Amino acid sequence: MSTEHTGNPHGHAHAHGSELSETELRVRALETILTEKGYVDPLALDRLVETYETKVGPRNGARVVARAWSSPEYLDWLRKDATAAIASMGFAGRQSEHMIALENTPKIHNMVVCTLCSCYPWAVLGLPPVWYKSAPYRSRAVADPRGVLHEFGVKLPEETEIRVWDSTAEVRYLVVPMRPAGTDGWSEEKLATLVTRDSMIGTGLPKSPRDVS
Amino acid sequence: MNGAHDMGGAHGFGPVQPEPNEPVFHAEWERRAFAITVAMGATREWNIDMSRFARENRSPTDYLSKSYYELWLSGLEQLATQRGLVSADEIAAGHARGKPRPVQRVLTAQDVDRVLSRGTAVARVPTAPARFKAGDRVRAKNLHPSAHTRLPRYVRGHVGTVERVHGCHVFPDSNATGTGENPQWLYAVGFDGRELWGPQGDPKLKVSVDAWEPYLEPA
Repeated sequence: MSTEHTGNPHGHAHAHGSELSETELRVRALETILTEKGYVDPLALDRLVETYETKVGPRNGARVVARAWSSPEYLDWLRKDATAAIASMGFAGRQSEHMIALENTPKIHNMVVCTLCSCYPWAVLGLPPVWYKSAPYRSRAVADPRGVLHEFGVKLPEETEIRVWDSTAEVRYLVVPMRPAGTDGWSEEKLATLVTRDSMIGTGLPKSPRDVS
Repeated sequence: MNGAHDMGGAHGFGPVQPEPNEPVFHAEWERRAFAITVAMGATREWNIDMSRFARENRSPTDYLSKSYYELWLSGLEQLATQRGLVSADEIAAGHARGKPRPVQRVLTAQDVDRVLSRGTAVARVPTAPARFKAGDRVRAKNLHPSAHTRLPRYVRGHVGTVERVHGCHVFPDSNATGTGENPQWLYAVGFDGRELWGPQGDPKLKVSVDAWEPYLEPA
């Protein structure tokens, strides 16, 4: 087990690389016991980590959005049955069993939060970033979303309605941002390069065509 | 429960601090805590609502002093101990002492892709018609259960509009206590910003929560 620091404000950093923090020791103890008792398979653990570090992430969602931008039929399917439309691209399952797509328009900006824990559409966005699970975001996204957006560098017109979706059940929300201007004739693959993770949570906007050459 | 996890509308936590190019995990122990939690979920010794309750059911001081995966670790230790899969002695020793008992399933490496891509759907066949339809005005009940619930405090007592009827879903308040799935109709209910936050509320804000029928009454 590595002894790299935790990168979180409550982690326990140590001066000596050979010394494990209390948390590291507890995780190691539990994993050891569960493995020795045959409740977990170490190879399955590696596979789980590998899946979310290398296979399942926001590039999945970006492909969904790019297809919605490119195909009116696909967008229509996404509106009617997002779970099936997304599954048709091979993205389905854990923490994405019941999907809804939220379309941004010039009048409405959608933003997703889980004030109670960390609910997030894993199959299309991967595991949530630390800020999404943090107290500042969970406390303020529902009360002061414009202030939160400002912290992300996003300033919307005052007249834009903000719709915040608190993921309190097993329904998972994917924001479909507006297609940037100046992308006529772009392929799905190229469009997907404009779609950022945050634009699919609603705390960001897609990249501009100028940002990708 | 009215715990520290129910954060909507709380003040004092400061600004959101996004981390550019954030890695999926920040330490090896986070990878392992994540993986053993997901793998142990596959044993079917507990369900997701029990997992959530195990993480949130602690003092606000404790909850707020732990990082995300520290809460996962504490929740897992607690569930594994309560179910008799692991003992406090074993945790102290860092090794198995007693004999394992059979569990319904052990997740193998070959099964990981299939299990993840199948997920665990919670929609159930309804046994009664939905009480509400899109457009209905409803009030979130003023409920304060001491056990698990998914009705956030900031909407309790407030009036909103049913926006979507999601279907009939497993009811967390029952599922978390092991008293069965007790499926209930689930709705997206939208509340105006000023209804929730008073005159300080953003006049162009609407907040939706997903609320099961027992959380709602006609308004």
